[in-house]
Amino acid sequence: MATVKSKTVNPAMTESTVALLRELVAHLRDNRTELREEWARRITEARLLTAMTKEEIFAEATSVYDNYVEALETGTFEALQAYARNLSERIIPRGVETDEVVGIVLLLRDVLARSLFAKYRSDFDLLNRILDAYEPAANRIANTVAVGFVQERERIIREQQEAIRELSTPVLQVRERLLILPIIGVIDPLRARQLTEQLLQAIRANRARVVVIDITGVAEMDSHVANHLVQTVEASRLLGATVIVTGLSPDIAQTLVNIGVDLAKMNTVGDLQGGIEEAERLLGYKVVMHESGPAPKKS
Amino acid sequence: MAVPILKQSHYLIATIQSALTDQDFVQLRDALVEKVGRFRSRGVIVDVTALDVLDSFASRTLRDLAYMIRLRGAHTVIVGIQPDVAFAMVQLGITLSDVSTALDLEEGLTFLDNVESTT
Repeated sequence: MATVKSKTVNPAMTESTVALLRELVAHLRDNRTELREEWARRITEARLLTAMTKEEIFAEATSVYDNYVEALETGTFEALQAYARNLSERIIPRGVETDEVVGIVLLLRDVLARSLFAKYRSDFDLLNRILDAYEPAANRIANTVAVGFVQERERIIREQQEAIRELSTPVLQVRERLLILPIIGVIDPLRARQLTEQLLQAIRANRARVVVIDITGVAEMDSHVANHLVQTVEASRLLGATVIVTGLSPDIAQTLVNIGVDLAKMNTVGDLQGGIEEAERLLGYKVVMHESGPAPKKS
Repeated sequence: MAVPILKQSHYLIATIQSALTDQDFVQLRDALVEKVGRFRSRGVIVDVTALDVLDSFASRTLRDLAYMIRLRGAHTVIVGIQPDVAFAMVQLGITLSDVSTALDLEEGLTFLDNVESTT
């Protein structure tokens, strides 16, 4: 019988449950090798963790197994939560999906349950009591690992969304008093608001008289966001800047007409090039070719 | 609180320095309309840089001011609307659409000079 190291035990457990769990944990430790191998075999059979090699699966299986047994023994789950987060951080970039993680944890629960059936099959009453101790803990463990995995994914998604938002709203000055705001991707109400605030601050900082907002890279826009675009144009005008909108797709043009935009308020040009040319004209620039033609290429 | 109004050659410049009551706005409107006649000004600049808020009454009064001064032969430019104020205004549907606006005093003067030369 393996000696159990003394660790803090969940005080909510009864005396008999503690004794049963001790017996259970001892069994799991004694059969560690066979049970891990059985589990790794079943993982491969169920075609889970296909993104990992057999060796990697066995190595992770060992870590999970040991953490599992420790959680059963102590009844505390902090170490398991920390391990689950750490595991998720490592395997998510490898392309492991949520259903695989939940799948392997449930498989481990099954493998361990089956080994308990095998061991205690001659004493049905004892088997029931062992299962009474085992099942709540095992379910809690499965839950902890799955939730840890999902939370880690959600954290990554939030980080990526924030990064996308920051990347895709640059306000660029291309001439004195002329700003360009090229918008790419999906605009949701939050991004639209950020865009407007950024633009208004930039108009003031650069003392811009004309702004070209190019939406060639925006596939679609709902009426809510279209209204926001109109408001951006109006707010910019209050700061003394004229806005030219370029690159409207037929869909977006349709949306603007549907929401009844006063077209006299919207200064639009087909493409970015046309928009910049119009802006230069408004600012009094004239672009001419040198008499001597294009500058020679530097060799 | 009376808003100081300065004369700069053919232009009048009214710089609002703190929040105004509705009555202050009306007084400002009337003072500008009167002075435009007295000094035969061709342009008026109203600088609202110091205002954190431009509600519908203030906006309506500014628009009335611009119309009345137009009737007296001069052009009005509102300058210095802050980004936050502009954003709040358009969300409430206040757009000051018939009134000329410019970023600041310098831009406002340039605007008036150009209006002069094209009329």
